[in-house]
Amino acid sequence: MTMDPTDRTLIEATQAGLPLVPAPFAVLAETLGISEAEVIDRLKHLKDRGIIRRIGAAPNHYRLGMTANGMTVWDVDDGLVDALGERVGALPFVSHSYRRPRALPDWPYNLFAMVHGASREEVQAKRADIAALLGEACHGSDILFSKRILKKTGLRLRAKEG
Amino acid sequence: MTYDLSELDRRLINRLQDDLPLTSHPFAVLAAEMELSEQEVVNRVRRLRDDGLLTRFGPFFDAEALGGAFCLCAMAVPQERFEEVLTKVNAHPEVAHNYEREHRLNMWFVLATESRATIASTAASIERETGLEVLLFPKEREFFIGFRVNA
Repeated sequence: MTMDPTDRTLIEATQAGLPLVPAPFAVLAETLGISEAEVIDRLKHLKDRGIIRRIGAAPNHYRLGMTANGMTVWDVDDGLVDALGERVGALPFVSHSYRRPRALPDWPYNLFAMVHGASREEVQAKRADIAALLGEACHGSDILFSKRILKKTGLRLRAKEG
Repeated sequence: MTYDLSELDRRLINRLQDDLPLTSHPFAVLAAEMELSEQEVVNRVRRLRDDGLLTRFGPFFDAEALGGAFCLCAMAVPQERFEEVLTKVNAHPEVAHNYEREHRLNMWFVLATESRATIASTAASIERETGLEVLLFPKEREFFIGFRVNA
């Protein structure tokens, strides 16, 4: 993918977060040697292209009491999985939801949904809500609770041209 | 961990998860909504970030739209070999996240590379180094995501 070098510098400059000052884009503009209006314009353009999803906060789930995390997985009819996946993804307690290929014979699940809660009981109750939503289109499910984070590095754009 | 959040901080955390307007003074918009001064909003956001209640404040990028290739992978690692395999898997810079999960497939990681081909070759290297099968679960479709933590 070709990327404008200034856009790339702008992404690199904001990967760790925005400057927390009243006029953050003016600070970025000074760093990049372009105008504040251009920074805002470029960010708007990146958003229109879907490269920026949103500008906002990532709350720390654990610090806010969301200490139980389960990856729920579902074996859903191929013809219905996309329509039902949209509805599962829209549930307020689901953080990510994807359709992925099955790995038969051991792994029959094609719909993945991450569920968060204050306790395992809460996560299980939410899993039951998803099961009710999927109904007869679902032929099996499982839940894989997180035990330990073994590695976590955020998005790291390399400094070279991609 | 217990943390006594004020009602105002809770409202702020909830509001900050929405998209911030792309204007010269974005926090002024929140300040007006919350009947605070702009500087007070900025100070509170900074304090929430410094105290670790917010992991990050800024743009969220779609890594795939940036041109990279990603793949969720899983392995069934015998418990007695877990640490050894973990060291080998994590040594690959392409491994971006790795989680231990309670299941026969107990190691789940995300490969982030510059191309699809590198996904396959990295997975093959891990299989060679560990003697264990790596299952690949590439994303076929992402569904609408509406997650918010209710502070």
